[in-house]
Amino acid sequence: MGCTAERVAEALRAVARVVAEHRDELVRLDREIGDGDHGENLNRGFAAVVSKLDAEVPATPGAVLKLAATTLISTVGGAAGPLYGTGFLRAAAAVGDAGELDAAAVAGALRAALEGVVARGKAVVGDKTMVDALTPAVGAASAAVAGGDVAGVLDAAAEAAERGAESTVPLVARKGRASYLGERAVGHLDPGARSTSLLLRALAGSAR
Amino acid sequence: MWWEVVVIGLVVVSHSRLLADGVAELAGQMAPDVTIAPSGGDGAGGLGTDFDAVTEAVSRADSGTGVVVLFDLGSARMVAEMAAEASAGDVRVVDAPLVEGAVAAAVAAQRGSDLDEVAAAATGDRAAPAGARGEASGGGSAGVLGDGSAGGSEDGSVGVPGGGPAGVSGGGSAETPGDRAAGIPGGGSAELSGGGSAELSGGGSPGAPAEHAVREEVELTNEVGLHARPAALVARSLTGLDARVRVRFGPGEADATSVLALMGLGAPGGARVEVVATGPDAAEAVRRLRDLAARDFDE
Repeated sequence: MGCTAERVAEALRAVARVVAEHRDELVRLDREIGDGDHGENLNRGFAAVVSKLDAEVPATPGAVLKLAATTLISTVGGAAGPLYGTGFLRAAAAVGDAGELDAAAVAGALRAALEGVVARGKAVVGDKTMVDALTPAVGAASAAVAGGDVAGVLDAAAEAAERGAESTVPLVARKGRASYLGERAVGHLDPGARSTSLLLRALAGSAR
Repeated sequence: MWWEVVVIGLVVVSHSRLLADGVAELAGQMAPDVTIAPSGGDGAGGLGTDFDAVTEAVSRADSGTGVVVLFDLGSARMVAEMAAEASAGDVRVVDAPLVEGAVAAAVAAQRGSDLDEVAAAATGDRAAPAGARGEASGGGSAGVLGDGSAGGSEDGSVGVPGGGPAGVSGGGSAETPGDRAAGIPGGGSAELSGGGSAELSGGGSPGAPAEHAVREEVELTNEVGLHARPAALVARSLTGLDARVRVRFGPGEADATSVLALMGLGAPGGARVEVVATGPDAAEAVRRLRDLAARDFDE
């Protein structure tokens, strides 16, 4: 079956649960090489998304994604707000008014999200940011479209994102607060890359 | 304002409410008629940024002629850019040293400068008259990342203020790739004192017909020399004059309408500076500067 507005809302609730479960881990990662607010900010943002969805689920997948975007932008006080917010906003624009999303639409939404994150944050692969997780995820998602369903696309994306997040450990950060640390950021997992992989894993789990 | 001029508004975005308020307060001292809207903190009493508050500050500062937005750190920049995109008005997010940029922008706005000029004042990148671009004038092209599109790959190392080729001048910000390090004013003076004003010391602007220059040596008898407030007064005093005025101190030279450049000279109390002016109002310009110095800049 395709992915309806209700299913997208359900997936975002799953994301909120996963973010809440991993809140302390994200806080710890961000304390190591950042300002320590990533877990708290993201948790507040997705909790706010859920309470809006509890009030009313918009009619289309695109409208659900847009609601998530505007909520994250307004409630997340760190870099995650503009970055995830822009990502969701671009994803919403990419799926348009479709009532249901198929595998190709989901892969296209992920690609649009990546483009939005890059446009907003100006990071490239290797800068030790969420882009290191999202870029391989988009590639894997595109490759999984042929002969796959939505769950297959998101599984492939989540797996690639997890590997991409791990790849940030040996890097020196070139964007964000961690860029002030120079070599001292080496050996630490980037919290943004970690949250991106968690988010995609939650979406994949929800799509099964 | 009691006369019919609309001024460019400013917004100061910081992760810290205290910092945003303080910068706005400091810049406002030089610019009584400019709306400077601070937006600091996450809106819940903590450090961070608040998109809705920034959006509100932008609309408060916009009187219809445009707004220049300054920010402190990376995510504040992103929020500022989003607010700019969401705004119906003409909003310019500038990558400038926060304190000096805000002061310089406020003074430029107070003088009635347009959006381009105020943005350029903030970054220290003055739109000088043709042929008058002084590379070493302290207000020369600050290391501004334009659209911030440095992918981090161009200069992988952290820019060391005052060292290396980072175009730090008059408080231009040293760039860590991707995120602005605190602009270190005076990091520029290393370049100033090394660079000198080779291009300009010949006098008139290259390629322009030789003009008679009015020169005068002025002693700074005030306590602090050409610091922010006196520099702002100098720049403001030249409003409306048709003259190109430069101030020289040691090997440095500054455009007298650029607060950042004047401060970048580092002329302390007791210093003697040379004022050189050309153009129809040159004599009047020199007279105004002499009078300001004679009054100790009203300190």
